[in-house]
Amino acid sequence: MLLSAPAAWFLLIYIAALVVLFLSSLWTVDSFTGKLVHSWTLDNYKTLVENSTYRTIALRTIGIAAAVTVTDAVLAFPFAFFAARIAPKRLSAALFVAVLIPLWTSYLVRVYAWRLILAKDGILNWTLDKIGLGSVNVAYSNTAMWIVFSYIWLPFMILPIWAAIERVPDSYLEASADLGASGWRTFRSVLWPLAMPGVVAGSIFTFSLTLGDFITPTLVGGAGSDFIGNVVYRNVGVANNVPFAAAFAVVPVIVMGIYLFFARRLGAFEAL
Amino acid sequence: MRIDLRRGAAAAAVAALAVGVAACGGGGGGSSSSGGGGSAKSSAGNLPTSIGQGEGQLNLIAWEGYTQPEWVKPFQQQTGCQVHAKYAGSSDEMVTLMRQGGGSQYDMVSASGDASLRLIRGGDVAPVNVNLIPDWKNFIPQLQSPPHNTVDGKHYGISLQWGPNTLLWNTTKVAGTPTSWEAIYDPKYKGQVTVPDNPIQIADAALYLSKKDPSLGITDPYELTEPQLDAAVNLLKQQRPLIKKYWALASDEIDLFKNGDAVIGASWPYQTNTLVADKTPVKDTIPSEGATGWADTWMLSAHAKHPNCAYEWMKWVSTPKVQAQQAISFGETPANTKACPIMDELAKGSCAQYHANADAAYFNSIKFWKTPIQQCGNGKNDCTDYNQWQQKWTEVKG
Repeated sequence: MLLSAPAAWFLLIYIAALVVLFLSSLWTVDSFTGKLVHSWTLDNYKTLVENSTYRTIALRTIGIAAAVTVTDAVLAFPFAFFAARIAPKRLSAALFVAVLIPLWTSYLVRVYAWRLILAKDGILNWTLDKIGLGSVNVAYSNTAMWIVFSYIWLPFMILPIWAAIERVPDSYLEASADLGASGWRTFRSVLWPLAMPGVVAGSIFTFSLTLGDFITPTLVGGAGSDFIGNVVYRNVGVANNVPFAAAFAVVPVIVMGIYLFFARRLGAFEAL
Repeated sequence: MRIDLRRGAAAAAVAALAVGVAACGGGGGGSSSSGGGGSAKSSAGNLPTSIGQGEGQLNLIAWEGYTQPEWVKPFQQQTGCQVHAKYAGSSDEMVTLMRQGGGSQYDMVSASGDASLRLIRGGDVAPVNVNLIPDWKNFIPQLQSPPHNTVDGKHYGISLQWGPNTLLWNTTKVAGTPTSWEAIYDPKYKGQVTVPDNPIQIADAALYLSKKDPSLGITDPYELTEPQLDAAVNLLKQQRPLIKKYWALASDEIDLFKNGDAVIGASWPYQTNTLVADKTPVKDTIPSEGATGWADTWMLSAHAKHPNCAYEWMKWVSTPKVQAQQAISFGETPANTKACPIMDELAKGSCAQYHANADAAYFNSIKFWKTPIQQCGNGKNDCTDYNQWQQKWTEVKG
């Protein structure tokens, strides 16, 4: 009751913004005068569908977002499990702070740091060389973006999983052992189903944050690393093609809508 | 509580839809609200004949480094105009900022040639009276009334500084001395080339093609018909596998060369000087085909709230001393020919380093940026505009 008024106000502003976005995507710009032409047309969407470049860019964005999500889930789960169930209280608290501290530094500082690490003569190649593995050429590439995104969003994946695992009562795991289940069976049948909503909740963050990003591709990406956000950014301004930018911006909205629909069914919203 | 929230959400959604449609139908997008009306008013012979009393404040949109305390502090003391600078990182940002708040939020913008025509056509900037700027007479002729800021004889701002887009290479990794832009299209540098991430780069390809393939008939690299644009884009698509990264910031390119990720590419004198100062073995040159160049103009907003302070600023930054200070501080070339000796006073040899004393032949080999528009110089309207260049550039990068 108390929340419905501010929530409705928030929804009004948020949804109104999305509505304006959608409506402007149905207009065009007069190339001669630079003014908006308020006549309804699907030309922008036609360009998106017909020109394979935009399909490539959209698929690349979604693909890397998915890769980052899977990577972070794989990295975060053992860490969260250790911190929530195995580590003693003191260590657990210290690990919690350790996970949060990178979030206090500037996003740009962290991305630039990775740029130095992955550079041709950076620490990564230096280390690989020292242990005799030669060098790799990951600087300014999609691989570099995948690594950087996975690092930056990892805290957002660790925290929901940690919370979900912590909520699993010890008694469940003990009961499972009493009934004769092995460690792996207990994990599979008791712990994982209860922790999974946390994984899905974390995945919402990593997926959506990667989907909308345009700064990391600019700094760490290579020749063919444009994301949806980069195209949107470049079409507003000198190019003066806000309707086209709006049309392309609708794509991640739709993708996230579908993602959230499935996330809700998997119980992510309770875990949050 | 849940039911209340759902009903509230539904009601809010319907209300939002209504608001959205009303807002769109009425005002239209903010991007072009200051349209032809604005420019018609201010160009109807309303040029001031003298600079009036300062308004006490000046709001600028500037490239970072264009409003250093070195020359802003004396300006504020002398004119009483307190300077508030908003830094923009790209031409796109500058255009968007200029249109905010109905165009009256900022008084001036230091626009580069790729954006200046967009601002003029959009009615966001007003003509200025160059007779009120005494140092305008001392500018190099090519920058007194260049096509990127002077339209139909009206000056939409004062040229400030400029720089060429040079060919930069690592002397230890590249054999010999490249003399042609052909070098950045050469497959032997696969994965080691870097060029700017800017659709205006298409003009560089067009400039190269204008000499390599005269049958295309390219005379102005910014006025390209569709077949000419396609030829330039094809060349760039062939270049794409050679590119390590399209650099967006000067510091990107400096990192690329320092770390050995790139060995050859298109650059600015600023990067060359920074890399050389850092002991990286690089050299730059203007190849035989000539080069494009960027030139910045201080433009006056069509709805400026502080026009007198704006004129004082234009006067101030055109003086030889400030031109020299800014040239050395940022790493660019002043428009004022009288700045050269002062540059050498401040930093020995800097005048020659930045080609501030170069001869007319050098300047004539530079094709300064201007926003591509449909109207070709020859009276026809079949040239491609920036919108199309932007789409093609996205295709090239892929």
